Amino acid sequence: MALITTANIVRPDDFFAALTDLHRELTPAQSEAVNAKLILLLANHIGDNAVLAEAMAIAAEQSD
Amino acid sequence: MFATYQFPTYSYQPSSDQSSADPVCHAVVVIGAGPVGMALAVDLAQHGQAVVVLDDNNTVSVGSRAVCYGKRFLDISDRLGVGQRAVDKGVTWNLGRVFFEEDQIYTFDMLPEQHHRRPAFINLQQYYMEEYYVDRISELDLVDLRWKNKLIALEELADGVLLTVDTPDGEYQIKADYLVACDGAGSVTRQLCGLESRGQIFQDHFLIADVVMEPKRFPPERWFWFNPPFHEGQSTLLHRQADNVWRIDFDLGWGADIEEEKKPENIIPRVKKFLGDDVDFELEWASIYTFTCRRMEQFIHNRIIFAGDAAHQVSPFGARGANSGLEDADNLAWKLVHQLRGSAGPGLLDSYAAEREFAADENILNSTRSTDFITPKNAASRALRDAVLELARDYTFARPLINSGRLSVPALLTQSPLNTPDSDHFDSKVVPGAPCTDGAVRRDGEQDYLLSQLGNRFVALLFADQPSEITAELLQQAAVLNKVDVPVETLVVASNQHDWQLFTALPVVIDHLAVVAQRLDGRAGTSYLIRPDQLVAGRSRHFDADQLQAMQRRALGFNLQE
Repeated sequence: MALITTANIVRPDDFFAALTDLHRELTPAQSEAVNAKLILLLANHIGDNAVLAEAMAIAAEQSD
Repeated sequence: MFATYQFPTYSYQPSSDQSSADPVCHAVVVIGAGPVGMALAVDLAQHGQAVVVLDDNNTVSVGSRAVCYGKRFLDISDRLGVGQRAVDKGVTWNLGRVFFEEDQIYTFDMLPEQHHRRPAFINLQQYYMEEYYVDRISELDLVDLRWKNKLIALEELADGVLLTVDTPDGEYQIKADYLVACDGAGSVTRQLCGLESRGQIFQDHFLIADVVMEPKRFPPERWFWFNPPFHEGQSTLLHRQADNVWRIDFDLGWGADIEEEKKPENIIPRVKKFLGDDVDFELEWASIYTFTCRRMEQFIHNRIIFAGDAAHQVSPFGARGANSGLEDADNLAWKLVHQLRGSAGPGLLDSYAAEREFAADENILNSTRSTDFITPKNAASRALRDAVLELARDYTFARPLINSGRLSVPALLTQSPLNTPDSDHFDSKVVPGAPCTDGAVRRDGEQDYLLSQLGNRFVALLFADQPSEITAELLQQAAVLNKVDVPVETLVVASNQHDWQLFTALPVVIDHLAVVAQRLDGRAGTSYLIRPDQLVAGRSRHFDADQLQAMQRRALGFNLQE
């Protein structure tokens, strides 16, 4: 299975608001900790190293 | 010097080589009487090969250094006649526990299988292990171990190496057909050759303290703490060794003041904070170290061969130093013997480098990853590492991500040129290039283990249910295999005890618990060819002399495919 890079989130505005709300009251250090946990939880849910590698590659490439 | 250990002194004995007009020639000279050099010497001698070992000191390793010896180390040491003493003295353990702050968050069992002769690990101070190897060597006439003999110069010749050796009686020279450098991380041999071991230096300081205390508070397990209350922001490792000596390993960070931290008046409060005020202990030995993960690009340079820490070095988390070093010795000994006797194929000796360089890379990779988890290199790595530890308390998915050291298991040499790839289907992890599994068996009515039956020669395992399966034709094939240049002995692994009592045509072990058949996916007719270092060379669903002989030729370095 390849990484899905087309729109796949059912209610995009709800998701994005929830994601940013998560950080609203946090210091940068707390945000970093929350993000790290979120990445690990989602990565485990995906489970497939190839899909994860693809996501990491795109994230790195888009942050050059 | 130590409360618990009296260091032996081995006396310097002049050799007749020192009064010879011309340099005396020896087939094999080993530099360094550490565990690797001595294991190699014992192995060569057990093959009937004479060997000279030179060591610049006159005692065993000072300080405890290597602590954890894995199952493969013990299996090899059994073959070399040292295993039982080491296990009797050492502290057996299989279980590791990981703590984060005040909570236990993860446990791992290194040997989930039953019915092996040896446990996953024993802990034993290196000086004991060396002493046992020295004692073993004293039983072997073919090993000439020379204390206070320091290699000071070498010259490569077309067909060997000329060594200049310094002794209390002055210098002398000897010639070696093959020189094996087992002289440790700071290898003098490597320096004299102008060669380097390259890799990564880790910017971190660790304090190791060996303390003597009553074993009331901790069981014989590996305990590792991340960010414990007694050593905030860092990690700590605790291991029990023989004689109630406990190894404590504190991560101090890169900014630590080494000179201050080394002082007993600073070490003792640190240990007290860890153990609590009510625990009586005595500080036996302490040291501060940093470490590197590195290796030489090539382990063989013409007639000079490198093994153990001289060839490759790893951080201590994972117990991959002495363990991989002994696997080097085990891998090299039989190949060197066949090389010297002319029974090796053109690729055999080179396969030592191919196989052990591969294994070194695996060890370095694992060791580097453990070190990066234990001491994260930047803020993002630390955030991710801490997230793993925090999640692991409540969520099992995060526990396998915790890396407090992936403890030494032998490399699977699946890419080795000596392997014959499977042509039949097998449902077994013991693939060509893997060490043969152990398993409880019976031999002549006595309890034994499979590995003890393999020895240091080529063995063809043949699985059978009934003696009627061992036909005259099959016996003929076994006889052919036993008569080739390098004999292959056939060992029957029989599933049923009763029917084999009168069968004497071939050696038989009874797999009464069916563990060997299960681990090797063996059924009637299945054959495995085992190398002298007890690695699987190839396997088949049939017992066919031609096929087994072809496997053996390949395992001897003939007909290797590019």
